[in-house]
Amino acid sequence: MSQDIIKLTTPISDEARLKLRVGDLVHISGVIYTGRDAAHKLMVQAITSGETLPFELNHQAIYYVGPTPAKPGQVIGSCGPTSSYRMDPYSPVLMENGLKVMIGKGPRSKVFQAELVKNQAVYLDVTGGIGALLSKRVLKMEVIAYPWLESEAVHKLLVVDFPAIVAYDTFGNDIFE
Amino acid sequence: MRTISKEYLISELERIIIEAATVLDDEVVTCLQVGKAQETSKLPIHIIDEIIDNQLIARNERIPICQDTGVAVFFVEIGNDLHFDYNLTDAINQAVRNGYINGYLRKSIVNHPLDRKNTLDNTPAIIHYSLISGDRLRIRFAPKGGGSENMSKMTMLTPADGRQGIIDFVVNTVKNAGGKACPPIILGIGIGGNFEKSALLAKEALFRKLSDEALNPLDKKLEEDILKAINETNVGPMGLKGKTTCLAVKVNSFSCHIASLPVAVNIQCHAARHKEVIL
Ligand code: SF4
Repeated sequence: MSQDIIKLTTPISDEARLKLRVGDLVHISGVIYTGRDAAHKLMVQAITSGETLPFELNHQAIYYVGPTPAKPGQVIGSCGPTSSYRMDPYSPVLMENGLKVMIGKGPRSKVFQAELVKNQAVYLDVTGGIGALLSKRVLKMEVIAYPWLESEAVHKLLVVDFPAIVAYDTFGNDIFE
Repeated sequence: MRTISKEYLISELERIIIEAATVLDDEVVTCLQVGKAQETSKLPIHIIDEIIDNQLIARNERIPICQDTGVAVFFVEIGNDLHFDYNLTDAINQAVRNGYINGYLRKSIVNHPLDRKNTLDNTPAIIHYSLISGDRLRIRFAPKGGGSENMSKMTMLTPADGRQGIIDFVVNTVKNAGGKACPPIILGIGIGGNFEKSALLAKEALFRKLSDEALNPLDKKLEEDILKAINETNVGPMGLKGKTTCLAVKVNSFSCHIASLPVAVNIQCHAARHKEVIL
């Protein structure tokens, strides 16, 4: 791999996160959590009603994905990102509770971007439609909450060299502009 | 009268459903390589490389190219010398059920647009029938993902808007879609007909081979001009800027009313999966 890819290990430290700039290519290794629309709604409900969350949000990363079912012998099926803008209404509450990294695809709202800067969080863009390649970067998968949501349940993934591009950094820069 | 057994039909369709989800046409790969050769900056090259690597892994290991294995769309042409002693629509839906379950594909269909309960087997399929002469059954299948479909658009222009009106509408649709449609995209454009016909023309245009050019010289010229205009927008791979926004434009046209100029743009992402079988 070329040396201009930045290696990140989760939970990503404040120092590493603040150094990221729009357009940086990164490889993420370590634990990340999955969640889409339905799981986000449930997590925000849990926070407002004071219930415990599926995982401690502090400094963690959420990846927006709903994979295909794993075939026998596979860790995970095809697992590319879904469009992130649908999570915009929920993300601010999660950031207020410690979430620092969001991973998905495509641009997001101005309101989201402002909240992101306020919370010094980052948003990483993953190429859509490369779920087969990404499945090779997932070493372990475990359902940790809302199993009835099937592919939309919250999964804990152990990833290695998971490729992404910094789309919004902590300085308010926007790759889609 | 010729018949095709239900079991044979279902097993052939199940096979092409799974194959379409995992094997990208060589034509699409070639177009991606041509696009990459024209790019000069880091990000578009990086993204096209990822897309090319992905389809190779998908093909070799039979993993779906994309996790969104879509709505099952079929164009079915029935030879008028064929006889079916079973319900063809039911048989096609059975093949979808088998293919999506046995092929470990994602089930992405909800029962009703408002109650949104997953049907758990990706049925019902969307099937377009037509009659042809002879005793063959030609079935074309495409799993159509939500991201690019959601960015598709239809409008009723006036005859005075003409050619330029069509080009402007298409270019604006693509700009507005940005990265959401997972570019590099392919465009199916339907012009003429009426409200529903234009959308059907656009969808069917997406089933044409990428190398294929429209027979009508007006449509062919439109294909060339729209492709050029779109690749000048700088939307680029995944909306992150670059020259390769669109791999191909396909225009299908039909006669229309003196007062109308319907235009539909159906966007297809780079995971341009389709497969055909003739029985
Ligand atoms: S738009 Fe296409 S490539 Fe992108 S996520 Fe949807 S099906 Fe996959």
